Amino acid sequence: MSVSVTPHAIGESLDRLEGPLKVRGAATYAFEWPVDDRAYMYPLQAEIAAGRITGVDSANAVAVDGVLAVLTHENAPQLADAGDAEIAALHSPEVAFRGQLVGALIAETAEIARDAAGLVRFEYEQRAHAVEMKADSDDLAKPDEAAQFGAGGGELQNGEPADTELGDLDGALAAAAIELDQTYTTPMHNHNPLEPHAGIAVWDEEEGLTLHCSSQGVHMVRMQLAGAFGLDPSRIRVISPHVGGGFGSKVYPCSYLTLATMAAKAVPGRPVKFALTRQQMFSLVGYRPPTSQRIRLGADESGRLTAISHEIVQQTARVKGYAEQIGACTRTMYAAPNRRTTHRLDPLDVAVPTIMRGPGEASGVFALESAIDEMALACGMDPVEFRLRNEPEAHPESGLPFSSRHQVECLREGAMRFGWQQRDPAPRLRREGDWMVGEGIAATVYPSPRLPGSAASIRLGADGRYAVRIGAADIGTGTWTTLTQIAADALEVGVEVIDLEIGDTALPPASSAGFSSGINCWGTSICAAAEQLRAKLYPEHGGAVPVDGLEVTAEMPDNPDMANYEMYSFGAQFAEVHVHADTRELRVPRLVGVFDVGRVINPKTARSQLLGGMTQGISMALFEDSVVDPRFGHVVNHDFAGYHVAANADVQTIEAH
Amino acid sequence: MDAEITLRVDGTERQLTVDTRMSLLDALRESLGVTSPKKGCDHGQCGACTVLLDGRRAVSCLALAVAHDGAEVVTAEGLVDGEQLHPLQSAFIEHDGFQCGYCTPGQICSAAGMLEEAEAGWPSWVTEDLDANGVILDDEEIRERMSGNLCRCAAYANIVPAIAEVAR
Repeated sequence: MSVSVTPHAIGESLDRLEGPLKVRGAATYAFEWPVDDRAYMYPLQAEIAAGRITGVDSANAVAVDGVLAVLTHENAPQLADAGDAEIAALHSPEVAFRGQLVGALIAETAEIARDAAGLVRFEYEQRAHAVEMKADSDDLAKPDEAAQFGAGGGELQNGEPADTELGDLDGALAAAAIELDQTYTTPMHNHNPLEPHAGIAVWDEEEGLTLHCSSQGVHMVRMQLAGAFGLDPSRIRVISPHVGGGFGSKVYPCSYLTLATMAAKAVPGRPVKFALTRQQMFSLVGYRPPTSQRIRLGADESGRLTAISHEIVQQTARVKGYAEQIGACTRTMYAAPNRRTTHRLDPLDVAVPTIMRGPGEASGVFALESAIDEMALACGMDPVEFRLRNEPEAHPESGLPFSSRHQVECLREGAMRFGWQQRDPAPRLRREGDWMVGEGIAATVYPSPRLPGSAASIRLGADGRYAVRIGAADIGTGTWTTLTQIAADALEVGVEVIDLEIGDTALPPASSAGFSSGINCWGTSICAAAEQLRAKLYPEHGGAVPVDGLEVTAEMPDNPDMANYEMYSFGAQFAEVHVHADTRELRVPRLVGVFDVGRVINPKTARSQLLGGMTQGISMALFEDSVVDPRFGHVVNHDFAGYHVAANADVQTIEAH
Repeated sequence: MDAEITLRVDGTERQLTVDTRMSLLDALRESLGVTSPKKGCDHGQCGACTVLLDGRRAVSCLALAVAHDGAEVVTAEGLVDGEQLHPLQSAFIEHDGFQCGYCTPGQICSAAGMLEEAEAGWPSWVTEDLDANGVILDDEEIRERMSGNLCRCAAYANIVPAIAEVAR
């Protein structure tokens, strides 16, 4: 089934519909729902990196006026399924990483909860731990986890296989006229959305759990908590209409939501408010794993690549494997008949890593594009020309055609807008005062995948308004606005008669806001529902709305073309980089990106997404680095003073086209 | 230990009892239900909790409520005049100066306070001429003066022109 929509609202730079709420601070985030008779939870964390709890003394905490309960593994409710280390909490005395949840303090006020939390004493039996990733570790293992996201059957979290091999790589490298062999490393990164992982949980013996939480996918949270507690999903309602940033850290429900549910069960009927501190977020909500990536390239004398090899080692946790698609861009980007990609994991006594903006691709494309630049230099070619020369005609590994690939145009237009031709490639040539000045370029690619499990309902009322309902999320991506635009065009009406509802498990199911797949999956579901509604309204009812209104629900239709084409977005980014001659401080005063992203629903919000991604790229390259203390296993710089994310003055000229 | 205090919040006098350990931010959000200022870090490092405290911008997470008995607090909600948004608020919408919106009320209070500081001739770290009459709020000045307010969605490239439009 295919749905065709004539764009009217689509393509318009509509202001964000929830904008007037957000600029006054009136959009309700998870911790802000007005509730009476509330209690507060403060989490307790393990103070060792590995071992087991041998004793708990909570007497001093319980004695504090206003303390309602202290939960530890000794008295926590039994979980129906404690098999997932990311979700389970307080189910055993084992400590798998420093900062793991080991208890909760529930009290009348936040101040009492936090004060009394410091009075609970744990005794531990420690064991030796390892928290530093080593690319030559004896423990390296091929990933064997089932994919969390994506449709493929491979071992990486997006469903791709861990290893791929084409042609005779070793032979081609040995025969190459020009060879490159380099290793690149990336550190641990933390998402750090401005809104902490917070919310309000209420347990009612009759109705079950109501959970306001900051989530990129309410239905995912419900499913996982239902499994952990052995509850029918209908007894859990998860609500999250506004999300203060997520970047991947609010896709999978983590153990803190399990803890919040336990806390709510400890004081039935009372809303329990919980919010991780900024420091706690560095150990409890996942992170981008550190990597070590060896890239070997071979080229002939004309600068055509003959061999591409990308061997990856990434950190994971002993308690649960996580492997991301760091080689994905390498599989897609450049032509070469002989190629190899491998992913290996170094399991450590650390928290489980998780998806973070461009999981895998972000770390992998850094290494690949660095190597391509170095290879261009080795071949004596301009980096833009080198990329153009190695542009593939079809997907280099699958052989399938691309649905569209405008990488060449992105490179050429970017070079023109940036003034790349005026550049002198010789290093250390230009100085402005104490600063050395240079330019660089990187190509970029990201898939256009679909996730299963979305449906939308549309109800047309006798008043002529359309209630469009889907459990999707707006994490700042503009969903409130863009889905309204899609619905308006699909129904052939104006945006002003659309009432969109998202972020609630009371609505039809939706895939999580991850993988850059939301607008595709949710928008297509809405189009399918709109087509059904129109079919009902016109042939069946002659265009007249019945007094009771009309309602339809439709699931996301399949896109059969996905099996026949490779679908990706492409782009090229050009940077002016300043390096301080004495301190080696890095600055990026100018960044120009040209992108091929397919149909744009709302140019204003889409441009903001690109600018945000580019700025986070500056932040990742220049500032972000979570430093783990090998003696204790915690992130030392666990706040915004120590973990700098790009501030306003770090960004100067930045353009997305 | 509890204390009785009075705050004037967005033009309305409010009496409340606070735990003496309570921050001004928590007093606003938890005791008074004024959730316009946000909690992002609780350490004065992100700026999401910025309010105008007795007319000047301040991070309310680093202020103890009990120390501000009698204070005048204006949040982003209080900048609205009837149903009319403050010019900064309209400019943030027009320029898409936010995505998730969580840092936004703090950004807007901070910008309002910053415009007053510049008007009063206060220099910043990037002000070249300390003897000049008045400050010219070019983009560099705005970026510098707004760097206490983090935006993880990274809307800076839109925040600067939004503020510049109101400043000029």
